Amino acid sequence: MILTIVLATLLVGMTAALIRAIKGPTVYDRILASNALGTKTILVIVVLGFLMGDPSLYIDIALMYVLIGFIGTVAVLKVSEFGDLGQSRSRTEEDHS
Amino acid sequence: MLIEVVNVVILALLAVTALAAVRLNDLFAVTMMFGIYSLLATIMFVVLDAIDVAFTEAAVGVGISTVLMLGTIGLVGRRARKASHRPILPLIVVIITGAALVYGTLDMPRFTDPAAPVHQHLGPYFLNESPDQIGIPNVVTSILASYRGYDTLGELAVIFTAGIGVLGLLGLRRRKRPGHEGGAR
Repeated sequence: MILTIVLATLLVGMTAALIRAIKGPTVYDRILASNALGTKTILVIVVLGFLMGDPSLYIDIALMYVLIGFIGTVAVLKVSEFGDLGQSRSRTEEDHS
Repeated sequence: MLIEVVNVVILALLAVTALAAVRLNDLFAVTMMFGIYSLLATIMFVVLDAIDVAFTEAAVGVGISTVLMLGTIGLVGRRARKASHRPILPLIVVIITGAALVYGTLDMPRFTDPAAPVHQHLGPYFLNESPDQIGIPNVVTSILASYRGYDTLGELAVIFTAGIGVLGLLGLRRRKRPGHEGGAR
C-alpha cells in the first residue's frame, strides 16, 4: 500500500518535472528538471523492484543509472558553459602553439 | 492493475516528450528531451522485466548518445534552421503509414494474451529450461546473452563500427605535436 502511494507520488512528480523541462525558459530550468527526472527515475526503478519481488536486480540498474546520469549532466553543463565539448578550445590551443 | 497504470502514465509522458522534442527549436533542449525520453523508456523496460535492455538503454540512451549529440551541437550550433518547405505532404504520408501499421496490429493477439502463438511454441521451452540450461534467473538475460549470443556479438560489431564512424565525424583528433605544422585539417 505504502509503495503504491510512493509510486503514484513519484509519477506525479515526474509529470511536473517534465512540464518544467518542456516549458523552462532558460537552459538551467531544463537541466534542473531533467536532473530531477533522473533522480525520480532511479526511485521509480527501486520501488518497482520492491513491488515486483526481486529488489536486488533493480537496485543494480538504479546504481548504473546514478553513474550514467552524472556523465550526461556533466556533458550538458560543459556545453552550456563553453558552447561545445572542448573541441574548439583544444583547436585554439593548437593554433597558438 | 498497478502496472497497467504505470504503463499508461509512462507512455503518456513518452508521447509528450516526443512531441516536445519535435516542436522545440533549441537543439540543446531537444537533446535533453531525448535524454528524458531514454529515462522514461528505461522505466518501460523495467516494467516489462527486461533488465538487460533497461541497462543498455540507460548506458547508451542517457549517457553516450547525449554526449555524442552534445558534441555534434558544438560543431553545428544550437539553433534549428527554419524548414524551407511546408510539411503537409510528409505529414500525410506519415499519417497514412502509421494508420496502415496500426491496422496491421489489429490482427495481432492482445498484449499479455497467454493463448498467443508466440507463447505456445518456444516461449514455454525457454521459461522452463533456461534456469537449468543457462543458470540465470532472468529469462530475458539468458536469451539475450546465451541463446542468441551470436546475434548480440554481431550487434556489438555494428555498434563498434558506428562508434568509429561517429568519432571520425566529430573530429576528436590527436593533438598535433609542436613543430609539425600544416597537417590535414
